[in-house]
Amino acid sequence: MAAISVKDLRKRFGDFEAVKGVNFEVETGEVFGFLGPNGAGKTTTINMLCTLTKPSDGSAEVAGFDVVAARDDVRRHIGLVFQDPTLDGYLTAEQNLRLHAELYGVESKVVKPRMEQVLKMVGLWERRDGQVMTFSGGMRRRLEIARGLMHSPRVLFLDEPTIGLDPQTRASIWGYIRQLQQTEEITIFMTTHYMDEAEFCGRIAIMDGGEVVALDTPEALKEAVGADRIRIETADDEKAIARLGEHFGLEATVSEGVVSFAVADGEAFVPRLFAELEVPIKSVSLSRPTLDDVFMNHTGSTIRDAEESSSKNRNRAALQAMGGARR
Amino acid sequence: MSAPGASGDRPRPTAMATTDAVPATAGAPAPPPTVQVRVPPRSWRSELRAIKIVWRRELIRFRNDRMRIVTSLVQPLLFLFVLGSGLQQLSAASTHGVDLKTFIYPGVLCISVMFTGMFSAASIVWDREFGFLREMMVAPIRRSSIVIGKVFGGATVASLQGLILLALAWTVHVPYSLGLIFGVFGLQLLLAFSITAFGVMIAARIKQIQSFMGVMQMIVTPMFFISGALFPSGDLPGWLAVLNRLDPITYAVSPMRTLVFANLHLSSEATQALNPPITWFGWEVPIALQIFTVFALGMIMLGIAIAEFNAGD
Repeated sequence: MAAISVKDLRKRFGDFEAVKGVNFEVETGEVFGFLGPNGAGKTTTINMLCTLTKPSDGSAEVAGFDVVAARDDVRRHIGLVFQDPTLDGYLTAEQNLRLHAELYGVESKVVKPRMEQVLKMVGLWERRDGQVMTFSGGMRRRLEIARGLMHSPRVLFLDEPTIGLDPQTRASIWGYIRQLQQTEEITIFMTTHYMDEAEFCGRIAIMDGGEVVALDTPEALKEAVGADRIRIETADDEKAIARLGEHFGLEATVSEGVVSFAVADGEAFVPRLFAELEVPIKSVSLSRPTLDDVFMNHTGSTIRDAEESSSKNRNRAALQAMGGARR
Repeated sequence: MSAPGASGDRPRPTAMATTDAVPATAGAPAPPPTVQVRVPPRSWRSELRAIKIVWRRELIRFRNDRMRIVTSLVQPLLFLFVLGSGLQQLSAASTHGVDLKTFIYPGVLCISVMFTGMFSAASIVWDREFGFLREMMVAPIRRSSIVIGKVFGGATVASLQGLILLALAWTVHVPYSLGLIFGVFGLQLLLAFSITAFGVMIAARIKQIQSFMGVMQMIVTPMFFISGALFPSGDLPGWLAVLNRLDPITYAVSPMRTLVFANLHLSSEATQALNPPITWFGWEVPIALQIFTVFALGMIMLGIAIAEFNAGD
């Protein structure tokens, strides 16, 4: 049985259609990655799957329940870990988990053993009596994951679970995900901005402009790009791009000060490039397609550019919030 | 699981992917045994459990927050001892021998719960700001359970705070009796409930803590001044009498004062002067109806608060 099944899901906000008819299925036990630039409709889609937003059209089933008709059944069977913290800092770790168990109606006699299990998993069992306020960012994220697992959800939604964390914590969070796959009957649906992490998902979907533009295993997606990626630093980027277009018929873009383009059989192309470009080349690098290329292929920007603009948006939102507060 | 990748023979990309962040599964410790949990379907029982835990959380936070207990006592104590002692010299002639502090005391019992009730309601705004509200909102429970738990929690906290002031009765010459203790606690609970419900109703709309506190101050402070907590509501100028009768707090202060005065041995003139009955167009409003008014308003505001939280995202 599919853990998540989405059929022609749409969401409109006034005239703007944020999600334009999305279809996909996630199998039970899968780790499913959901990628896309900011504003692609990722969050809206997740919110609909988590029953936080009502779809305008189409349907979605999570853990076998319809997200609109059986909202509470969906909620009982999913765990949510948001990007923004949702812990009560004034309570201890244990109190936070207990509160969650009570809200979800977890049977009283299993609350304690389950709490011990999830806290041990994220390495916070020794700190269970500590006030969450005193925890570091990484500890809080781990606690949120433990909390999301308190009621043994069938689907765990992780929205950017590793964002802003140090490499060690990121690694341990992936360790938990692996461990969960082995020990629990759980499906994991996650968004991430880290392409190297997306590689560890069983399958990934890339969303852009409200549509799923690609969906497959990371390997297959990379294979589908077909071409190798060549990045060059030149004396005159504009001229180089023009020349690449005229002479070689290649479409190149400048990103982060580097001209990059995709070409089949890259090793054989490099000598020709040096001979025929007519613009001095300072450096050249050749790489096999990565998920970044897959992302670029489908969305027209690197994830880093997407991330940058999203962090700009976030800053702007923060400034607006501050301005609003002052009013 | 998904279909495997079509090809695995190409070398892994090296330039872009940094895989050092993810450990080898082989090194992971053996997982502990899994405790399986089944979440039962929704019932009134699970709603009760939810209400109880939201209520208990307010109490836990109150217990941990000693600072709040101390700071919220400052204002009532200032009214009671500074204003009460200071104005005593002016009012001695007209209070029929009753200490002004004794007269103000029932009003101060009301102020204390009003302001703590207001702060309790503010916690829902904090919860929204710090994200915790979301954790409650996505749980498989009714929003009304969250609101009810919050309002009861706030009311309980405010009346516990009121107990501290109740303990000070001897300093203003009010003798203790069981009737006084239970009566005052009950009235404080009721007033705190209504004020918290009012605050939560406002909190559904106003999402920033500064604005919320500002709006609450702007509404609650005049209500408190007009209510007659600090003066008898007998021979007021016409405009003030009208406002006084419209102010819901009047109907909490008057029963409170009646209750406290019943514990004192006052002459009938003193009672008449200091605690005149509340009248509507000359009709004397029974105490029971006054108490009911406060209760009914509280319920209405609770209803509005629930409706607003249900409507929101």
